Amino acid sequence: MSVLVYTESENGKFRKNALEVASYGSEVARLLGSSATALSINNENPSQLGDYGIASVLEVTDEALDPFNANAYAQLVADAAAQAGAKVVILSSSADAKFMAGLLAGKLKAGYVPNVVGLPESTSPLVVRRTAFSNKGFANTKILTDIKIIGLSKNAFGVVENKVEAKVEAFSASLDSSLFSTASVEVDKVVGKATIADADIVVSGGRGLKGPENWGMIEELADVLGAATACSKPVSDLGWRPHSEHVGQTGKPVASNLYIAIGISGAIQHLAGVNAAKTKVVINIDPEAPFFKAADYGIVGDAFEVVPELIEKLKEFKAQNA
Amino acid sequence: MKILVCISNVPDTTSKINFTDDNSRFDTSGVQFVINPNDEFGLTRAMWFKEKGGATVHVATVGEATTEPTIRKALAIGADEAIRVDAEPTDGFFVATQLAEVVKQGGYDLVICGRESIDYNGGMVPGIMASLLGMNFVNTCIGLEADGDQATAVREIDGGKETLRTTLPLIIAGQKRLVEESDLKIPNMRGIMMARQKKLNVVPPVEASPASEDLRFEKPAPKGAVTLVDATQVGELVRLLHSEAKVI
Ligand SMILES: Cc1cc2nc3c(=O)[nH]c(=O)nc-3n(C[C@H](O)[C@H](O)[C@H](O)COP(=O)(O)OP(=O)(O)OC[C@H]3O[C@@H](n4cnc5c(N)ncnc54)[C@H](O)[C@@H]3O)c2cc1C
Repeated sequence: MSVLVYTESENGKFRKNALEVASYGSEVARLLGSSATALSINNENPSQLGDYGIASVLEVTDEALDPFNANAYAQLVADAAAQAGAKVVILSSSADAKFMAGLLAGKLKAGYVPNVVGLPESTSPLVVRRTAFSNKGFANTKILTDIKIIGLSKNAFGVVENKVEAKVEAFSASLDSSLFSTASVEVDKVVGKATIADADIVVSGGRGLKGPENWGMIEELADVLGAATACSKPVSDLGWRPHSEHVGQTGKPVASNLYIAIGISGAIQHLAGVNAAKTKVVINIDPEAPFFKAADYGIVGDAFEVVPELIEKLKEFKAQNA
Repeated sequence: MKILVCISNVPDTTSKINFTDDNSRFDTSGVQFVINPNDEFGLTRAMWFKEKGGATVHVATVGEATTEPTIRKALAIGADEAIRVDAEPTDGFFVATQLAEVVKQGGYDLVICGRESIDYNGGMVPGIMASLLGMNFVNTCIGLEADGDQATAVREIDGGKETLRTTLPLIIAGQKRLVEESDLKIPNMRGIMMARQKKLNVVPPVEASPASEDLRFEKPAPKGAVTLVDATQVGELVRLLHSEAKVI
């Protein structure tokens, strides 16, 4: 059962999720007693995937594939899977991968399991563990189809170096113009700023911060940590912060290594969306705030005193560890 | 324009999640079921097309008779007619196959789903349907305009948004921001009365096999107690994050 890994690039470079699925895919292939092939699209240095255990790369270079197009990418991944004889296809949990996943599953008549949190529980039959009920539970799910698609949760496996020599082979698929019937007109993306999807650290503010004018310290804290900024739902509903920062069950999911919640009570819907973060820190004036039950570290205190102090201490820490 | 809104019947967001039958099933006892929040945004957008452009709006769900209160709620909000495919929604592929059949029979121009249902979080039904039906598809949709058979959709991407041009027939997977939350429709008394008269067609499932099977569920391991750091010792938090949690 050979494995195909779909890797995502941005501006010619692999996204972190690409290195994670490459690491994961090569390990899954090893467990299956097989090998992993990666599909790389418009990347400057596809052989880099060899650092993560990928011995074979199918390299696609095609301007028509920039920006992302879900139909065309699904076709390409399906063709690459056929070329590699892959029975297991591995995707990340990025917005683009999730967009493509259903289309690909339909095309390949494949069972797709998203939000997978680790290596397969068993390989024959293939059983994977995934989150369900918005992080309030786990399921062990058996994939019943000939071709199987695994969607790996962000940060579930990590980027693991395992150097091999990657053989890079040019690959192209015949992409019919009908695949582009849904086409990008405009991409509107923040540049030079960590995003909630990619960041290792997310700093999040809630209604306890009283108003948008108080977000300076949140941004500064995020800056010091190289973190993305996020907020609770009422904060975006009130227009204090953009909707794109809303995290939780009905907002964006957070699966970073570190999540710092400031002035957020920890309502069940908020926690459902952030519980996948590895380490959670809460700063809240109310010792009874439910977030303290979900957090790893907490400070009971006034954010307006604690956060500036935290920024100072982090700056000192950085100066010492530079 | 003929619109189908696909509705998933899910536990209310405040529900405690438990499992039963040797951890092989979700324990529904005492759980309140609602329209999946992501689908609610889509239903409201559909009502907008109805009010502004005279669209016909149907809703469909795959589920047993116990899902009917949720469907009735969608009718009370203003959908014209409902379809229930009488089957247990075993997995995403199965559900997508059933709904694709409903779309084929009904000849819809626009199919609105949610980006994922908040119970099993599969997020695959709309994409699989699009693939089976050969329809255009936009995921994580936060804006939709249609003019004749031309449509403009906005989708959320990592770190921003993207505007897409496409054509009907189209499937979208909606979510928060597809409509303003303050505009979300809730049933009123008249709507509830009228819903009783509306058609709720129960149809048998088509032959289809599931592509995956949940063998066993588990609740997350209970969390260890939080490590509290005194508000006057903020440096200690930095130390713990560095040397204990190893995240900075
Ligand atoms: C269907 C549904 C879906 C939802 N989805 C989401 C979701 O996706 N994401 C989400 O976040 N919410 C969601 N909610 C809303 C959720 O129930 C809560 O209302 C919300 O998370 C509360 O936001 P908050 O913690 O910022 O505000 P509050 O609950 O008002 O909490 C503010 C906190 O700040 C603390 N505080 C006050 N002053 C200070 C200070 N000076 N220093 C430090 N702390 C201070 C207070 O002690 C309090 O704990 C949803 C609700 C529903 C019904």
